Amino acid sequence: MKTRTVEIFVGLFLLAGILSLVMLAFQVSGLANIIGRNGYEIQANFDNIGDLRIHAPVSIGGVRVGEVASIQLNPSTFKAVVTMHIDPNQNAIPTDSSASIFTEGLLGSNYISLSPGFSNTNLKNGDKIQTTHSALILENLIGQLMYKIGSGNDNSTSSNSSSSNSKPTSEITK
Amino acid sequence: MIESIASLGRWGLDGLEGLGRATVFLLRTLIRRPRFIKSFPLLIREIYSVGVLSLLIILVSGLFIGMVLGLQGYHTLEKFSATQQLGQLIALSVVRELGPVVTALLFAGRAGSALTAEIGLMKATEQLTSMEMIGVDPLWRIISPRFWAGFISMPLLMLIFSAIAIYGGYLVGVSWLGVDGGSFWSNMQAGVNFHEDVLNGVIKSIVFGGVVTWIAVFQGYDCVPTAEGISRATTKSVVYASLAVLGLDFVLTTMMLGGW
Amino acid sequence: MGYKFQMSDNLVTLRNVSFNRKDRIIFNNVELDIARGKITAVLGPSGTGKTTLLRLIGAQLKPDSGTVLFDNQNIHQLSRYDLYQLRRRIGMLFQSGALFTNLSAFENVAFPLREHTKLSENLIRDLVLLKLQAVGLRGARDLMASELSGGMSRRVALARGIALDPQLIMYDEPFTGQDPIAIGVLMKLIRTLNDALGMTSIVVSHDVQEVFAIADYVYVISNGKIIGQGSPTELQSSQAPAVVQFIKGLPDGVVPFHYPAADFKKDLLGETQR
Repeated sequence: MKTRTVEIFVGLFLLAGILSLVMLAFQVSGLANIIGRNGYEIQANFDNIGDLRIHAPVSIGGVRVGEVASIQLNPSTFKAVVTMHIDPNQNAIPTDSSASIFTEGLLGSNYISLSPGFSNTNLKNGDKIQTTHSALILENLIGQLMYKIGSGNDNSTSSNSSSSNSKPTSEITK
Repeated sequence: MIESIASLGRWGLDGLEGLGRATVFLLRTLIRRPRFIKSFPLLIREIYSVGVLSLLIILVSGLFIGMVLGLQGYHTLEKFSATQQLGQLIALSVVRELGPVVTALLFAGRAGSALTAEIGLMKATEQLTSMEMIGVDPLWRIISPRFWAGFISMPLLMLIFSAIAIYGGYLVGVSWLGVDGGSFWSNMQAGVNFHEDVLNGVIKSIVFGGVVTWIAVFQGYDCVPTAEGISRATTKSVVYASLAVLGLDFVLTTMMLGGW
Repeated sequence: MGYKFQMSDNLVTLRNVSFNRKDRIIFNNVELDIARGKITAVLGPSGTGKTTLLRLIGAQLKPDSGTVLFDNQNIHQLSRYDLYQLRRRIGMLFQSGALFTNLSAFENVAFPLREHTKLSENLIRDLVLLKLQAVGLRGARDLMASELSGGMSRRVALARGIALDPQLIMYDEPFTGQDPIAIGVLMKLIRTLNDALGMTSIVVSHDVQEVFAIADYVYVISNGKIIGQGSPTELQSSQAPAVVQFIKGLPDGVVPFHYPAADFKKDLLGETQR
């Protein structure tokens, strides 16, 4: 009967809506990465996190292994405490790994890159990464550059800037 | 001078009175003993005429809006050599804003006007009155299934619209302009948050669905039962619904971005 | 029921009913009785609120003062639920028929049955065919409402009106805009349905000859008042000028030819405003 056709069309309509929601959830917003939250959390203190936001990716060698879960300020040390959520299958990150905040491209958003260390023990839930490199603030860099140009090629400052230059190079190799 | 102030006051009072009547009408439609067994087939039929029949325009507009976004976004992002962010750009603009708003506007034009005209015609041909005389409340039999159908259809239409639009953007960005497909999706996934973006979009479209259908059925039910009255009510339905959607969108966006 | 000791002969009673629309008086202290089992007609010129009278009886409108009793219950003091229950006992034929346009003739007649009863599909079918047979349109059951002619859709609407076997059926201008054959059919139907089903009928109309042919009792209303009442023969011999004018169709009389206006001469000379 005609009611039957109507019912079939409405059923297909509902199905299409639900499928779209599933597509938006998994394909578009990557909910799959969040749903299986049975991984573990590690922390790291940074002097300056720059533009880092919650949900920013955490990667090792450019491969996404987790995301930033929360950002807080330690009221006594005035350092930013960043909690990272690491995927459960990435359970062999050495305890002496270091964390750095980098920028995707010149104007992109910030993310955390972990550089694995050589220890035999691995990071567990609640562990803290000791070695951290703060975000590279473009304004500070330009300021230093201007200062360097203004003061003439002074040797004492060049050694200082070369150490800070090591960060941008490692970033480009990403 | 006094006369124009008085007419402004009259206009304000009329508007307030209309709003009051519309609210009473809505409450009388919603607050009643549900009769699921009899209501369900009516609801299915109305979802068909309100939702399924709006699907074509939603699909076509979604596809084209996504494709245009892909094209425009690509050429803008190219200046910053950030074309790999195209997926994120498309997904965020569609899921947060364009999906709910454009769907609601199209819905007001396609389904809202049809609802108003249909109910207005029923009123003009005394069908609503004769239903009352038969002892069946038209608010339950006619208005309520149409309202719920609109309320249910709108979020579904918005989800379909968004999915199609993102696919349209993918078509232009990746298949035609040559953005890398992997970074298209992965940047999208990194940038789009399910709770803050997708669910907020769905909440918006649920609100829009309720408001647009409410306006449409009320304008039909409240119209002057003549040919002219129906045409005026239909126009009013589309205009009021569109303005309400745009205004509410601003309010909801402000609330969702936490600026409230 | 409640009328054990005093079985009223009137199904519907209006007492001191007044009704105003904005500042226009539609009814002013109208007293009206509708006798059980009889066809009562309400005659009056267009725009005197005859339809309004039916809506007052059906409680779609509330009078400003006075009472409307249906079967000794004040219909305007019923709760919404009781009112809808009571309306099952009232059938109404609207001027336009008011069939549900998205349903077929069969479904239109079945509508009250489906809404108010839990009868099986077979029984509904039998009942609907019975009602359609009564109005002579059993063959047209599958036509959509829009495919019916004016006279046919009124007959289908009549079949829908009697679907629940009401005690009272109200006809709103049943003869207006119908061809002579359709009028003849409707007159026969009103009479036979009333007598065969033992219903009480109210016919509201301005078609004097047709009404006099079928009605048992006639009220003539004009300007919100009842200006004449009685059996058709009594009214035809009435000497009241307003009644004579209406029944004979005289262009001028108590109801003036001219809409109330200022003096014509003054108007032409521009002494009045506008």
